[in-house]
Amino acid sequence: MDLLIPDLGLFFWTLLAFLVVLFILKKFAWGPIVKALQERESGIADSIAAAEKVKAEMQQMQAQNESLLIQAREERTQMLKEAKETKDRIINEAKEQAKTEANKILEDTRLQIERQKMAAMTEVKNEIGNLAVEVAEKILRKQLAGQEAQQGFVQMLADEIKLN
Amino acid sequence: MLTICKRLFAVLFFIVAGFSAFASEEHAEAAHGEKKGFNASEVIFGHIGDNHDWHFFDWNGHPVSMPLPVIVYHPQKGLSVFSSARFHHGHESYEGYALNEKNKIVSEDGVAIKDFSITKNVTSMLISVILLLLIMTSVAKKYKKNGAMKAPSGFQNALEPVIVFVRDEVAKPNLGHKYMRYMPLLLTVFFFIWINNLLGLLPGGANFTGNIAVTAALSLISFIVIVFSGNKHFWGHLFNPPGVPFGIKLLLVPIEIISLFIKPIALMIRLFANILAGHIIILSVISMIFIFGALNAYAGWGFVPVSLAFAIFMFFLELLVAAIQAFIFTNLTAVFIGQAIEEAHHHDHEHEEYHAKHPITGQGYNVSEQEIIA
Repeated sequence: MDLLIPDLGLFFWTLLAFLVVLFILKKFAWGPIVKALQERESGIADSIAAAEKVKAEMQQMQAQNESLLIQAREERTQMLKEAKETKDRIINEAKEQAKTEANKILEDTRLQIERQKMAAMTEVKNEIGNLAVEVAEKILRKQLAGQEAQQGFVQMLADEIKLN
Repeated sequence: MLTICKRLFAVLFFIVAGFSAFASEEHAEAAHGEKKGFNASEVIFGHIGDNHDWHFFDWNGHPVSMPLPVIVYHPQKGLSVFSSARFHHGHESYEGYALNEKNKIVSEDGVAIKDFSITKNVTSMLISVILLLLIMTSVAKKYKKNGAMKAPSGFQNALEPVIVFVRDEVAKPNLGHKYMRYMPLLLTVFFFIWINNLLGLLPGGANFTGNIAVTAALSLISFIVIVFSGNKHFWGHLFNPPGVPFGIKLLLVPIEIISLFIKPIALMIRLFANILAGHIIILSVISMIFIFGALNAYAGWGFVPVSLAFAIFMFFLELLVAAIQAFIFTNLTAVFIGQAIEEAHHHDHEHEEYHAKHPITGQGYNVSEQEIIA
């Protein structure tokens, strides 16, 4: 039964020592330790949350980039298509224009040639006519120096006219 | 594993059966020379009790021990402080004080004295306190030096899981969001009990936590904390349970008040009895060698392996018990504080209806509380 009767001395020293230990450790050990543990835990939680956020942001950015890329590709295709169309159109137009231009020039040239040919022909005709007249005049002047030659010539001319 | 156990038991039975024959023969001889026998109960109770000197071993019949300071208060003579070596192991008296047969200091004039001596248990506790302070402050220094975000190293690494365990498994589930207020107390209780349990397991160590004065002091602290953290809700339910008929109140309130005191008493007895029992079992198993040795030298040597196997098994068990008992004391302290600081839940306004409809559930709650204490 001795075991069940608490000793006053031991009780007193235990109480005192425990309280001293409690206050010293509370001040110098448990405070900093528990605080550090809490800080670490919240730090880790924050880091994970931040990483998660960055990951989500990255994903969003990637998706954005991808859509931008697709858009750019589409735009490029569109632009290429348009450029090709424009090119074709310009070429066609140019061809058309050149053709009409050429045709016009050809026509003009032809007309001009025709006109000049006509003019030249007229001129040549006139010249020939004049020359013929002059030659005829000279010949006539020489042949028709005498009276009877003139008469004879007139006679001949008159005969010729009849024949025509 | 099973076959090993079976073999062990077979060997044990063989040895016990084999030497029982010797024992009956020797018994007649032992009757002649009573002194020759080994007194196991003296050894065991000498160890588990407290002493005024730290006894290591006997050498040629002389005890080798460390004398410890004696501090006694006599109502007339006042305080006297002297070394326990003055008693010469109980053979002499000093300044009118002497050791009685139970190793207690008594005044020769028969006056009741107060004994505040630094006994073996107090010395063991002081060692544990120094160890605890050194370990914990060095670990705390490491936390301060390394900052919160660096991985723990060394002894810090060993203690951190335990501290986190006390916080996450003991404090948080029982105390809710107020747990930070009680963390220093719970951690100190846990580590104080644990380190003293472990020191008590060392050969020659004191039976500190297996002493009822120690557990009484610890549970007194728990009790004071429980009482002082009790809120209006707690005291209200204790002295005036709402929705209980007056006749039942007359029964219930005294039971509730008694349970308030039973809780710390249960804490006190549980720790004391567990550690005491462990010490007694280990000492008994070791004493078996000498009991058999006193009967017959061969029997003594023959029993050594069996005794050692049991002692080693018990030591491992006690290592477990050392941690488990520290945990249980801490956890129950947290549970009782949790009951005291529990806020009135939203079910409070439906309380009357609840009790009116199910009077049995109130009883069921009390039963579960008893189970926790047991």
